Amino acid sequence: MEAEAAKLIGAGLASIPLAGAGVGLGLIFGNFLSGAFRNPSAAAANQPTMLLAFALTEFTGLLGFAIAMIILYTF
Amino acid sequence: MFNPRAAGPMEQFEILPIVPLKFGNYDISLTNSSLWMLIGTGAIILFFAFATRKSNLVPGRTQAMAETFYEFVSDLVRDTIGPEGRKFFPYVFTLFIWILIANLFGLLPSFPGIPHELHTFTPTSHLIVTLALAMVTITIVILYGFYKNGLGFFKLFAPSGVPLWLMPILVPVEVISFLSRPLSLAIRLFANMFAGHVILKLFAGFVVSLIGTGSAVMLFGIAPFLGAIAVTALEFLVAALQAYVFAVLTCIYLNDAVHASDH
Repeated sequence: MEAEAAKLIGAGLASIPLAGAGVGLGLIFGNFLSGAFRNPSAAAANQPTMLLAFALTEFTGLLGFAIAMIILYTF
Repeated sequence: MFNPRAAGPMEQFEILPIVPLKFGNYDISLTNSSLWMLIGTGAIILFFAFATRKSNLVPGRTQAMAETFYEFVSDLVRDTIGPEGRKFFPYVFTLFIWILIANLFGLLPSFPGIPHELHTFTPTSHLIVTLALAMVTITIVILYGFYKNGLGFFKLFAPSGVPLWLMPILVPVEVISFLSRPLSLAIRLFANMFAGHVILKLFAGFVVSLIGTGSAVMLFGIAPFLGAIAVTALEFLVAALQAYVFAVLTCIYLNDAVHASDH
């Protein structure tokens, strides 16, 4: 296989983590909302934790993106 | 004039010298990255000097804004580390404000037609900058952890209440997790900024090339234009959120150093 083709396939494969990040973000916001509807008075206090979890989960997707960019532009 | 060198999505991350300087064998040129760091730092100093030049008991608008930042970070430090975290407040506050301003200033529009090296630049979109910030954090954690707890700092890697036979598995896991902290801190901030700006410039590039056709195809440019607006709004959220996340994680790691022997 040509090196160029392998590089492009590798970059495409490196974007698979986005699927996991999407599922994770859905779980976080979905669970936060269902909890917030059950007890709206406690929702505001837990918003920072939710945002922290959002950032931590988003990281897996972005790591995949960074790897794809490194494969595409540095080799 | 339209500068073709600044047309692609990746050219915005190029580091270009503005004032070339040499110190021995080292290149210490004033680059666009260091220029935007200086602009950000200068803006922060000017803002806080202006906001606190005559402090009143009943704050004015700028003073109230400065106090909001102060109280936000102060509450964060107190809630995560406790009263002992007071001495880390200046560090966390500096870190938070600097990352916030560096992220936000990267979203400023550039003047059309100015040279490529003077275009708006986000210092935090480079891994070396965020890695340096993360290394400073982790160095403080390690130095203060050993200063405060002595060898008790190693209890961080062996949580209490864990059966002894689990230790050979748990300790390496804890060590690896500790060593990956600076990397994850750095890559999170870098990748967020990097990815956001690439997506922004991709959408903008679609608009430019569709308008460049000059025919009815131009109308298809409306969708990516709206997309670019939406991504810009999202980027403002991400810029503030990542500064907050960096500060929170710094506080959590500092808390480990302060309370290592309580584990």
